Amino acid sequence: MIKQSILAALVAFGLGSGAALAAGGESHVEDYVFSFEGPFGKYDPMQLQRGLQVYTEVCSACHGLRQVAFRTLGDHGGPQMEADQVKAFAKLFEVADDGDDAEPGDTREGKVADKFPTVSGDGMGPDLSLMAKARAGFHGPAGTGLAQLFKGMGGPEYIASILAGYTGHEKEEAGATLYENTAFPGGWIGMPPPLEDDSVEYRDGHSADVHHTSQDVAAFLMWAAEPKLVARKQTGFLAVSMMILLTSLLYLSNKKLWAGPKRKA
Amino acid sequence: MAGIPHDHYEPKTGVEKWLHERLPVVSILYDTLMIPTPKNLNWMWIWGIVLAFCLVLQIITGIVLAMHYTPHVDMAFDSVEHIMRDVNGGWALRYLHANGASLFFFAVYLHIFRGLYYGSYKAPREITWIVGMLIYLAMMATGFLGYVLPWGQMSFWGATVITGFFGAIPGVGEVVQTWLLGGPAVDNATLNRFFSLHYLLPFVLAALVIIHIWAFHTTGNNNPSGVEVRRGSKDEVKKDTLPFWPYFVVKDLFALGVVLTIFFAITYFMPNYLGHPDNYVEANPLVTPAHIVPEWYYLPFYAILRAFTADVWAVMLVEFVTGGIVDAKFFGVVAMFGAIVVMVFIPWLDTSRVRSGKYRPSFKWWFWLLALDFVVLTWCGSQPAEGMVPVISLIGASYWFGYFLIILPLLGVLEKPLPVPATIEEDFDAHYPPKDASASAAE
Repeated sequence: MIKQSILAALVAFGLGSGAALAAGGESHVEDYVFSFEGPFGKYDPMQLQRGLQVYTEVCSACHGLRQVAFRTLGDHGGPQMEADQVKAFAKLFEVADDGDDAEPGDTREGKVADKFPTVSGDGMGPDLSLMAKARAGFHGPAGTGLAQLFKGMGGPEYIASILAGYTGHEKEEAGATLYENTAFPGGWIGMPPPLEDDSVEYRDGHSADVHHTSQDVAAFLMWAAEPKLVARKQTGFLAVSMMILLTSLLYLSNKKLWAGPKRKA
Repeated sequence: MAGIPHDHYEPKTGVEKWLHERLPVVSILYDTLMIPTPKNLNWMWIWGIVLAFCLVLQIITGIVLAMHYTPHVDMAFDSVEHIMRDVNGGWALRYLHANGASLFFFAVYLHIFRGLYYGSYKAPREITWIVGMLIYLAMMATGFLGYVLPWGQMSFWGATVITGFFGAIPGVGEVVQTWLLGGPAVDNATLNRFFSLHYLLPFVLAALVIIHIWAFHTTGNNNPSGVEVRRGSKDEVKKDTLPFWPYFVVKDLFALGVVLTIFFAITYFMPNYLGHPDNYVEANPLVTPAHIVPEWYYLPFYAILRAFTADVWAVMLVEFVTGGIVDAKFFGVVAMFGAIVVMVFIPWLDTSRVRSGKYRPSFKWWFWLLALDFVVLTWCGSQPAEGMVPVISLIGASYWFGYFLIILPLLGVLEKPLPVPATIEEDFDAHYPPKDASASAAE
């Protein structure tokens, strides 16, 4: 009874989350390996810094990152930049001036307490702050979403697959240019291919072909969406360990307590 | 408190006597904690404690979250991100609260199906059962209201769809819907009242939980054999029961430990697994998501709602008979709520004299089919209504009503139940034979 109920409920659990994820046709999301996967996974600060460079030099032209504060670039578990680096980096951005005698539309140099600017307007793309959590890469099997139990939600995989998934074909439709993409649901995306080999030049000499830059920026966006991931997993490890210990003690207490009534003493 | 005879609290010291004469609070706590509990309870009797824990967890995390949340359409989404990024431990509070809701429903479904299998709804526990159903309804309402608060795309569109049910009521529907929303569409007024009610309902829930416990402490727990505790004397009671403290407290805490280990693993290692990615996109009234799906715990009833489309003959018949007043949409809404309401009447729909499903050979099959039906309906609710899904949903919905309205009443008359143990003691001893008896059996 118990076993069957739990099994049934587990199935129900999985099905629920798979809800309506099955949109799109033959799109393919590559199951990239990221350093932050699994219960013990962490962000690679160097990869996040490379990803930040890709975002700044390429993506930020059309996409904002309005939930992310510059100061968090120095946080433990993130890109872990030095304090003066963060300060200098913030200055590269023009943010809306909120001073007392500022006119609407005025801008000023960024400070560490500011957030990345919002980017909006004609032809601009969606904000990327939460993009890595707002997309699920894996929907199978049969639209149940159970694969996410093992592969994760697949947000960063989805982003990297989109960026590396252009076939080079394009078409005109209703006055707009669409680009063929193997990862995008429906196969045609409005965003022109943003990355090509050596779009950026990495300071650490890392290879900057599309294969690498797409994964680096995907990792950075995962951090942008879930900056507390490392702290979360550390807490989780502690919580689960303590619960196993406590539960073991309760098991022994229970066994001893019931030995009398069950005539096992 | 009436019920099973047992030793009551005796104030001994002067202070205890002084307090007891003025407010017998220690006595009430003592009687509650020391209640004689059937000693043959199995592991399906642990969900009550898990549920009590969930309620406390949700209230505590919820109160703190409310300190940092802003119920305004322009600020709600960002205030949740503020909690996730800037509030100390805010991410943990929010993930515990969101996944805590799932644990709450997971436990309540097992708790309800436990009751259905062992006939816990049958006399004299009808009130316990009905109050339980009210608790379940209050949970559904609270969960729905809470899901709207982060103001993501699924929050907004879920609220639009669910409040739309009330718009389907013939005649007054539109007025009722506007009244619920505080305007013609889901907007700031809606968000504000949903926040207010989401904060209120858990306390209503807590009150119902106290009544639920009061009711079954009056009748005594049901148990896997379905046989009542003998009440002739305290000695008889002692043969059938053990005091709740310490025996069941420790047992339940152990079970809670197992459940929480898994719960923490999910919350901390895969916190978004049960959520919908679209809810990380801020609500936008101009963009409708490809598929609007409720949270997993509503899916079976969502499937029943969608099962009754305009081309189902029963729907056509009702529409014809009522002159079009009851259309397919309203029929679906009535079916969805009816699927829950029908459970309220189960104490009178089940005609069997035997309480526990353990001793009902045919009933078992129908029961497990119902459990399977529930899982299948959950799956149907999660899928787009195309291909085989509407057909399977309709079969599933029909079986749901068939079980309660046709099978249970007939089964009590047609089925020949197996012999039931005379006492709880006998049932317990069958599992854990007394020392001398087992010794002689071994020879």
